[in-house]
Amino acid sequence: MSAPSQRRLIFQHIDEPGYTNDLACYLKHGGYEVMKRAFARKPEELIDEVKKSGLRGRGGAGFPCGVKWTLVDRKSGKPIYLVVNADESEPGTFKDRYIIHQDPHQMIEGIMISCHANNVKQAYIYIRGEFPGGARILEKAIAEARAANFVGPNILGTNYSCEIYVHRGAGAYICGEETGLIESLEGKRAYPRIKPPYFPAVLGLDQCPTIVNNVETLCHVKHIVGMGGEAYSKIGTPNNTGTRILCVSGQVQRPGYYEYEVGKITMGQLLNEVCGGPLPGRTFKAVIPGGSSAKILRFGERFKGKRKVGAEMVDYDWGVEDVPMDFDSLGMIGTMGGSGGVIVMDDSVNMVEALGNINEFYAHESCGQCTPCREGSLWMKKITGRMVHGEGRSEDGALLKNVADQIAGRTICAFGEACAWPTQSFVLKFGDEFKAYPEAKKNAPADSLKLV
Amino acid sequence: MNLKPETFSRIDEVIPHYPVKRSAALPLLHLVQEDQGYISQEAIEWIAAKLELQPINIYELVTFYPMFRQKPIGRRHIKVCRTLSCALMGGYKACGEFEKQFNTHRGEISPDGEVTIEFVECLASCGTAPVVMIDDDLHEKVDCAKARELSARIKTEAATRQ
Ligand SMILES: Cc1cc2nc3c(=O)[nH]c(=O)nc-3n(C[C@H](O)[C@H](O)[C@H](O)COP(=O)(O)O)c2cc1C
Ligand code: SF4
Ligand code: FES
Repeated sequence: MSAPSQRRLIFQHIDEPGYTNDLACYLKHGGYEVMKRAFARKPEELIDEVKKSGLRGRGGAGFPCGVKWTLVDRKSGKPIYLVVNADESEPGTFKDRYIIHQDPHQMIEGIMISCHANNVKQAYIYIRGEFPGGARILEKAIAEARAANFVGPNILGTNYSCEIYVHRGAGAYICGEETGLIESLEGKRAYPRIKPPYFPAVLGLDQCPTIVNNVETLCHVKHIVGMGGEAYSKIGTPNNTGTRILCVSGQVQRPGYYEYEVGKITMGQLLNEVCGGPLPGRTFKAVIPGGSSAKILRFGERFKGKRKVGAEMVDYDWGVEDVPMDFDSLGMIGTMGGSGGVIVMDDSVNMVEALGNINEFYAHESCGQCTPCREGSLWMKKITGRMVHGEGRSEDGALLKNVADQIAGRTICAFGEACAWPTQSFVLKFGDEFKAYPEAKKNAPADSLKLV
Repeated sequence: MNLKPETFSRIDEVIPHYPVKRSAALPLLHLVQEDQGYISQEAIEWIAAKLELQPINIYELVTFYPMFRQKPIGRRHIKVCRTLSCALMGGYKACGEFEKQFNTHRGEISPDGEVTIEFVECLASCGTAPVVMIDDDLHEKVDCAKARELSARIKTEAATRQ
């Protein structure tokens, strides 16, 4: 079956010639019309639309957005904050970057509708420090929107007021984790908080109820309110509604970003047809489907089981190429859709070295609060590093697994899982390569690709 | 503290953005580092006083967040992405080429004082790997030839400045 065509909702104007990131251009394309209509409606109705839409968060966990919004403590009498997660730092993910740089007003419109729906008077955009240009673009766009009375005091002549400020991070991946992000926004080290009791919806920024949503998620809110939750829920597949931006990187002919209805395209269609297949003379070896924390898939492995289609349970028997790119299917085969970052490796890659690269990332980024994560990520890096630099032993795979198995489930935040899953899945699926590595290393050509 | 007048005014503008002053710690560190090139002991104490905090509350941020530094660097900052998607497309080679062009090693100031080269983690532009940031600007698909070209441009700019 050939791949469906893209359905560009969020990326409708990305890379469109002549489309600029200023307010005039956005207005010319119908900008802020949805917000005007939304402001004439009751906040509860807007939350209902988002619930009906089935929208799941695009930041990593896929948590239903409408449910998140209903968990907010509205009785405390404290102000409610909205924090936009623009930290985009999961390796392999590069979608929010384009929204921020090329279509900032779409994001601001989504933010303002979400603020109105949740009675938020103050929003912050937490943007990663490595987007200095993006931060300036957002500040300029907010100033334009403020001048046009879309942001700030008495918006659109109503008695509702809401500010947005841009807050820059400073190079730490853990600021993407929502409670780490909140600590960072409070001016502290980004040490994630323990849940319970620190659910942001109840005890977030300055101990006030706080909604944290990803940039892409909030853009979807604009489209949901625009077309109605019911209509939006028909896009995509049941429980995996809407569109999703898939970011493909690594060894394929045409890496890049592609927006599809969720679950309507398979991994094989995406990589072979849309991205043009492997580089000349190569074959695909492995793919990480949802950012570097997601468990790796090995081309050639098969997944069997039963799944729900409509009201019935049907058998499935999939190769990697057959897996639909949605939250539930990827979850079913033991990995995740995560942040939408698809990283492709071909047969030129040695898996020990690829894991070594990933392990360096996690060892560098652990915040250090929990012993299993701090020490475990460090030892995993040391072991793969030692293997790559020539002192490998055939039992190193087992040792790596042993370390990884002692992290997940024993930490304050999900970084523990994020750093253990790559090691666990690489060793499980490429165990032979780990065993054979010390020998393979001796015979490796001097000019082979360096990853560590 | 000896800062440019516009830095002072931006500092005073940003503090009231937050319900609690301490939240302005990261913005202030950015502003001071942009002004002075790095965060000195004096700056740590000054920011702490400005936000009614102890110096340790600021110092612990400087040591936690990778973008803050306590020493000056070269005039230009070359940040090469080290993470997987970039490495798969030749990021290590690109980094090596920059090091060769400026006769320096990662983390050091080049002998001519012109650049500091560093590896950084994923810059969220993996689809155009390998990527490099030079100061505030992103450069995409930086193979060895492009690394040489970018280096040459930096050297020309340095020569015209003198
Ligand atoms: C280690 C770690 C890193 C994360 N990094 C990001 C990130 O860079 N961007 C993001 O939007 N969410 C990130 N998340 C997910 C957030 O914690 C949070 O779930 C998300 O921002 C919620 O928004 P959503 O419901 O709209 O997806 C990360 C989570 C973890 C555990
Ligand atoms: S799991 Fe790791 S990153 Fe998360 S709080 Fe613990 S030490 Fe920090
Ligand atoms: S891996 Fe280099 S930009 Fe993401």
